[in-house]
Amino acid sequence: MSTATQSETSAGETGAQQDVVIDAKIDELHYGKFKAVRDVHIPFTRNSITAFIGPSGCGKSSALRCLNRMNDLVRGFRLSGHVHFRGTDIYDPKVDPVAVRRHIGMVFQQPNPFAMSIYNNVAFGLRLNGFRGNMGEHVERALRHAALWDEVKDKLRASGLSLSGGQQQRLCIARAVATEPEVLLMDEPCSALDPIATLKIEELMRHLKESYTIAIVTHNLQQAKRVADKTGFLYVDTSEGGRTGYLVEYGHTDQLFTDPREEFTKQYIHGDVG
Amino acid sequence: MVSHSRPPSRLDVAWDRGFRFLTWFMAWATIALVLFIVYKVTESAFPALQRYGFSFMTTSHWDSNREKFGVLPEIWGTLYSSGLALLFATIFGVGVAIFVSEDFVAPAWRTLLKNVVELLAAIPSVVYGLWGIYVVIPLIRPMADWLHNNLGDFPLFGTPFAGPGMLPAAIVLAIMVLPTIAAVSRDALVNVPPRLREGAIGLGATRWEAIFKIVLPAASTGIFGAIVLGFGRALGETMALAMLVGNSGVISVSVLSPANTLSALLANHFPEAQGIEVGALMYAALVLMGITLLVNVIGELILWRASAGMKGAH
Repeated sequence: MSTATQSETSAGETGAQQDVVIDAKIDELHYGKFKAVRDVHIPFTRNSITAFIGPSGCGKSSALRCLNRMNDLVRGFRLSGHVHFRGTDIYDPKVDPVAVRRHIGMVFQQPNPFAMSIYNNVAFGLRLNGFRGNMGEHVERALRHAALWDEVKDKLRASGLSLSGGQQQRLCIARAVATEPEVLLMDEPCSALDPIATLKIEELMRHLKESYTIAIVTHNLQQAKRVADKTGFLYVDTSEGGRTGYLVEYGHTDQLFTDPREEFTKQYIHGDVG
Repeated sequence: MVSHSRPPSRLDVAWDRGFRFLTWFMAWATIALVLFIVYKVTESAFPALQRYGFSFMTTSHWDSNREKFGVLPEIWGTLYSSGLALLFATIFGVGVAIFVSEDFVAPAWRTLLKNVVELLAAIPSVVYGLWGIYVVIPLIRPMADWLHNNLGDFPLFGTPFAGPGMLPAAIVLAIMVLPTIAAVSRDALVNVPPRLREGAIGLGATRWEAIFKIVLPAASTGIFGAIVLGFGRALGETMALAMLVGNSGVISVSVLSPANTLSALLANHFPEAQGIEVGALMYAALVLMGITLLVNVIGELILWRASAGMKGAH
């Protein structure tokens, strides 16, 4: 596996390595007695899109949610391994998970705008951070960044819930980028959207990676092919009786789809297993 | 192939019709019962309605010898005690609801706490009354005396503590409506879609920021419903109040003063009432029903407008 070539260096430590922003090494991820994920080691490089693909239940969302400690909300969650972000293990007891999430934003599967105006949705994160600058300007910039400005500039006071599904998801992206985090995690961001809205979000992702480091979970192989620079393929191991996801292969998206190293990967992308 | 289908037997049809008629009958019987109660109360109140008219609600005497009746202090006492009780019960009830709907302790403990709070509703009213007299009043007496002695200039504590009165009544009443408010608020909080909370947490909100800025507002309609429900219960509560409120027709903002409520008035006066006093009591009952109805209608209206406002957003 190519992950073996990635040493345990983290971002900022060395410029020689490709600029690694997050170095995630999940040895074992448990929910109570249930072992959900094992042996996932993926580096996330700056200004690139890294995709997790694999069948449902392979733990790709669980792995993604490790990267900003969203799993802390799940009772019984335990992780062995590390997630290095800018040289610090975010699972270090001294690290505040709230601070982590302010640097590593997240977009969810279901668009989840709050029941408040479009403007206040975007301003929400800024206000949490005690932002004192020009709010209107920042909100506009975030909405432009999320390619939503032209559609909503005349109705910023309208409820975020009044938008279409695709617009809601872009609003959530605007909300996440408003505070200018370094990393954006996207957990199947298009699975609740129609194909046109999906293409819009994908175009947006390619644009956003110029400013952010993006990690995305998708069940859609074509989507990974279209947007991701690197791809990790996770599969389910049932040999120990449970259902434990593990990383089968990780590499450049082109290579993984055209010339996979593992026979298993080949079978999966050809639709022979799943 | 032989089909096993056959038309329903005559018995099936008869049973079906009979059952439909039975449910129809029960539904209408309930409505008829409500109308019958209102009709009978109004009918019995009629002599008093004719004799005292609207002044019944604006005067303050209850004198059966001189046949002078007015329930203004009781209306005041009913609203004041219920409002005060609701204030306490909302603070505690919503607090309990947040605690049992959040992931602070293991699910088993949450279930236990939830059931214990709901158990409060199973304690008979008269037990609350006794407990109020023998436990709450002695317990709050030092604090109440202190409040009057030191903050007596403040109208809220303007009269000396008389024992039975507004404050002990409101405290006990609050405990009695707490289970309603806690249970209904909890349901409202649990029904907030988890993705809203996740959205806030994912943006770097602390747990309390997520609760206060996202979860509570999202559940506010349900919580408001809980408060209206609690208010309705508080207005009608009788036994404990009759024992605790002091039964004196005084209008005072002081929480240390004795007071009276409509329900306590009814409970205390019906044994000896005769003639026009029965009519006056029925009139008071009508006023109480009117207040309760009004509160529920206003509550429904606000809830309806809130949900219509949300729909309008789509």
